[in-house]
Amino acid sequence: MNHQGARGMNPFRVVFKSTAVRLSALYIVLFALCAAFLVFYVTALSERILSQQTRETLEQEVTDVQRAYNRAGLNGMLRLMERRSRQPGANLYVIASPSGEILAGNVASVQAGVFDEEGWTTLPFQYERYSESGSPVPHQANAHVFVLDNGLRVLIGRDLGEPQKLRLLVRRALMVALGIMGLGALVIWFGIGRNALKRIDRMSAASTKIMAGDLSQRLPVGGSGDEFDRMSESLNAMLGRIEKLNEGLRQVSDNIAHDLKTPLTRLRNKAADALDQPSQEARRAGLEGIIAESDQLIRTFNALLMISRVEAGSVAAEMSDIDLSAIVTDSAELYEPVAEEAGMALATDIADGIVVHGNRELIGQAIFNLVDNAVKYSSDCTSEPRIAVALKRRDDGICIAVADHGPGIPADRREDVLKRFVRLDESRSKPGTGLGLSLVEAVMELHSGRLELSDTDPAREAGRGLTVTMIFPPPAA
Amino acid sequence: MDTIQPSELPREAGCAALGREGNVPAMKILVIEDDLEAAAYLTKAFREAGIVVDHASDGESGLFMGSENTYDVMIIDRMLPRRDGLSVISELRRKGIHTPVLILSALGQVDDRVTGLRAGGDDYLPKPYAFSELLARVEVLGRRKGAPEQDMVYRVGDLELDRLSHEVRRAGKEILLQPREFRLLEYLMRNAGQVVTRTMLLENVWDYHFDPQTNVIDVHVSRLRSKIEKDFDQPLLKTIRGAGYMIKDEG
Repeated sequence: MNHQGARGMNPFRVVFKSTAVRLSALYIVLFALCAAFLVFYVTALSERILSQQTRETLEQEVTDVQRAYNRAGLNGMLRLMERRSRQPGANLYVIASPSGEILAGNVASVQAGVFDEEGWTTLPFQYERYSESGSPVPHQANAHVFVLDNGLRVLIGRDLGEPQKLRLLVRRALMVALGIMGLGALVIWFGIGRNALKRIDRMSAASTKIMAGDLSQRLPVGGSGDEFDRMSESLNAMLGRIEKLNEGLRQVSDNIAHDLKTPLTRLRNKAADALDQPSQEARRAGLEGIIAESDQLIRTFNALLMISRVEAGSVAAEMSDIDLSAIVTDSAELYEPVAEEAGMALATDIADGIVVHGNRELIGQAIFNLVDNAVKYSSDCTSEPRIAVALKRRDDGICIAVADHGPGIPADRREDVLKRFVRLDESRSKPGTGLGLSLVEAVMELHSGRLELSDTDPAREAGRGLTVTMIFPPPAA
Repeated sequence: MDTIQPSELPREAGCAALGREGNVPAMKILVIEDDLEAAAYLTKAFREAGIVVDHASDGESGLFMGSENTYDVMIIDRMLPRRDGLSVISELRRKGIHTPVLILSALGQVDDRVTGLRAGGDDYLPKPYAFSELLARVEVLGRRKGAPEQDMVYRVGDLELDRLSHEVRRAGKEILLQPREFRLLEYLMRNAGQVVTRTMLLENVWDYHFDPQTNVIDVHVSRLRSKIEKDFDQPLLKTIRGAGYMIKDEG
């Protein structure tokens, strides 16, 4: 939020712009409304239940008292009342004269006019109770009044202090509980919200840098392994891949620019040359040279296209179980005359019936490239004009090895020759695109295999020869 | 090398005109291609090679023209506005039109080829391509109707190839060929009088679909040539510079 604050925005508005804060506020309002409703509902309900209960108890009491009176007269009724009023939390029992004067009972005085009406008192009334200290304490009560046949009034009532206390208690308990919950929620929401907000801010700061072109930037990872970390990690992996691809792309476009400039310049020179030729025939020959040069360029583009397709894995759909032995045999058969023409022998050692899951075209082209290279680069610089093509099952997989006895490649240059357009033969005297091994490597990667370059004759001083081995993973058991 | 010299060729068409034969009516093809520059180039180049060209610039009009007129070959770009190339082909096939179709594609990959051929295409050429390659393929497709697919014996001059007994004779004298050499000669003779490119040979004789980078095919062809021409005066198998090979009886 620093950059926003720096722009001089009202900090409160900034806070309120965050989704977390807005959501928290909304939740708190909703929560408060629900809590208020709950408090009122629970108190009202408990009060109703309580007064219902009181009424039922009093009705029962009235019935008991009336029954005692009917059976045992005034004395019996008094005994019952006396006994009941001794129990703790007892009801109010009053016998009053027809004029409203209290004759007996467990209260000191009752609000005037309460005895005038029979039945339930409509409103709570005031009364005073006897107390230990002597001075009467005012209380509120509900009561039922009935008149005996001798004109005496009997009041049986219940103090309202208890339900009122209960109501207050319930309300206070609920208030406190809800208050604590609300406060807690508020703290948690703010904590999480602010934390999330900060992390998102950090992430957006990092992505701003990335957008500005610094692909080496990574999103912060907290280390707790939570959702944010997981998201950052997968985005970082994506960035890594993009960076690698970008790097590859940059390198390739550099190489393309560099490597295509030469043939294009040559093409241009040939065209200028042909234009200057006086005779029809010479001009035609020049033009044919231009066509040949253009064909080579087209080849280069096709090879590049092919490599990028293989690397993108778009050919994976066309994988099937293919007879590797047959492909290697094809390659030997195809190149045997070529080797012979170059004054070399092509020896084969091909195991039968080896099947791998892959793309026949690509594997074929990869093997052809290797044999082609072997013939091309060892034919005129070796004392041992021999190429060996072998297909074998090994512990670490299935391997196709193409070995020549040419000059070989020094160990420190082996990485380089796999790069696009890299050719050790600086003079470029041999035809080729400089893409052959790059394609082989891409094909092996597509088939989860690898490519190994080694010396054919490591013991020799010079001319150790080159063995290129394509290693396919062993077939899944 | 038994190469036809440039001076022998008709001047306006170069090697491209070799597929044209005086007594055969002009081939008529339909090019469905939305890139107008490429289409203009193709139209001009095919006309120079003596082929009549109609052009449609989107899938719908291409489908209409292909259904209304009769062509020897159709060249269909895969990505077209209003209706894509593959759907044009399947619609044509659904209508019972079995004109050979060559698919042109910028996608250029093995599986693209397979999808293209599955959709009913007869041949497939990825961009960028050399025009000589396209012309050779179109001519082979266009003449396919008259090609002696059913013939058991192919003949070019005094050369005979028996597809059943796998025997090759020239002037009655048996020539021994390796199995691959036999298939090479068989393909060349099936398309006698027409240019076949190195790529076409690799595709049809070896069944690999990529550009043979070096002279592999040439070495095989020259071996074959030495076997069928060694003891005879009349050359049959010619190298067409910048394009490929052609077997033809000059006599």
